Amino acid sequence: MQVNLTVNGKPRADDVEPRLLLVHYLREHLGLRAANIGCDTTSCGACTVLLDGQSVKSCTVLTAQAAGQEVITAEGLGDGDQLSAVQAAFRQEHGLQCGFCTPGMVMAATALLAENPHPTETQVREGLEGNFCRCTGYHNIVRAVLAASAAGKGEADQ
Amino acid sequence: MIPAPFDYVAATSAAHALDLLAEYGDDAKVLAGGHSLLPMMKLRLAAPEVLIDIGRVTDLSGITRDGDELVIGATTRHADLAASALVREGAPLLAHAAAQVGDPQIRHRGTIGGSLAHADPAADLPMALVALGGSVELRGPAGTRTVVADDFFTGYFETVLGPDELLCAVRVPSRPGLPWGYQKFTRRANDWAIVGVAASGGRIALANMGPVPIRARAAEQAAADGASAAQAAQLAAEGTSPGEDIHADRAFRQHLARVLTRRALEHQA
Repeated sequence: MQVNLTVNGKPRADDVEPRLLLVHYLREHLGLRAANIGCDTTSCGACTVLLDGQSVKSCTVLTAQAAGQEVITAEGLGDGDQLSAVQAAFRQEHGLQCGFCTPGMVMAATALLAENPHPTETQVREGLEGNFCRCTGYHNIVRAVLAASAAGKGEADQ
Repeated sequence: MIPAPFDYVAATSAAHALDLLAEYGDDAKVLAGGHSLLPMMKLRLAAPEVLIDIGRVTDLSGITRDGDELVIGATTRHADLAASALVREGAPLLAHAAAQVGDPQIRHRGTIGGSLAHADPAADLPMALVALGGSVELRGPAGTRTVVADDFFTGYFETVLGPDELLCAVRVPSRPGLPWGYQKFTRRANDWAIVGVAASGGRIALANMGPVPIRARAAEQAAADGASAAQAAQLAAEGTSPGEDIHADRAFRQHLARVLTRRALEHQA
């Protein structure tokens, strides 16, 4: 079936199987490898992307369900070599260890700050409930999100 | 994990979805947010030949007031339910329950109609609907029928919804200021309840204490007769026969039902 959607600002029209999951479409058809497949069971959040501005787990969305909508992946954040505020804060605060969860964390944090630009630490922790860091690097991740919020640029990432 | 192959049709209206259901019958499954169905399909626990996607049917989503009831479209997503001013005012227990489902990403996709039709006895929204004494509107070839929550769920992942019917809307009483309590016991963040309790307006509903969300009727009766929260809660597991799994055996679940019911009655918002 043909699916028309927008990925990182570029209109796409691709012929896909109805069963093709969005994460497989992004990684294998478009070569966008930021969204990782971790648990593959809607738990870990490593595959988080934005769908019409909202964070979703792309392992549990059919490409067909994204028709007519806008997908943003970590590759679509920032501007060229210029990192988004959330990306810059993750680097500044060292909000990563092995890095596998990082693209999903950054996307979830971007959506969180778009909905709530000035979250409390508790709200950040609850807002990242759907993203697991198996290195258990949560403290720096939370610090990074709060730093991005303090920079007041959370909204600009959208 | 990759689902078995299927054909995909995007319904353009509720009527179109009903036509498609009439055409494909038992071979089809209705797809809304897909956060119960797609995981089952990836595990090959479900392999429908046709998916009828109602996720973008606009006349199936949204929240309105109809007299003293709130009418919630089936494809209203958990995040929108949790944030709705109408729901937070008139049925705050339901807004709270929606905010307890999974995690933010899941709440951005999952729908109230999908959760109710999926009928997981451990889930938040089926228990909330029973506690509120709500109902569902089921539309089929013969018209629309309204089924109260107590009669909707028939077994593990089973409801009275027919293969040619579509769950179109959910109705709950709008009762601003009515006290409510909600308790959910889990071992991990974003998990299903090992046991859950929702209490509102004299009704007490339990999650994961049987094949369907059930009423703790003995505890309700005791509370109505003037028993204290602690006394009524002692009866919360009366007549239940919950399943056993890695998280809890029967006796522990019954203990949880009593403790959580006491908390739900004592700590009301």
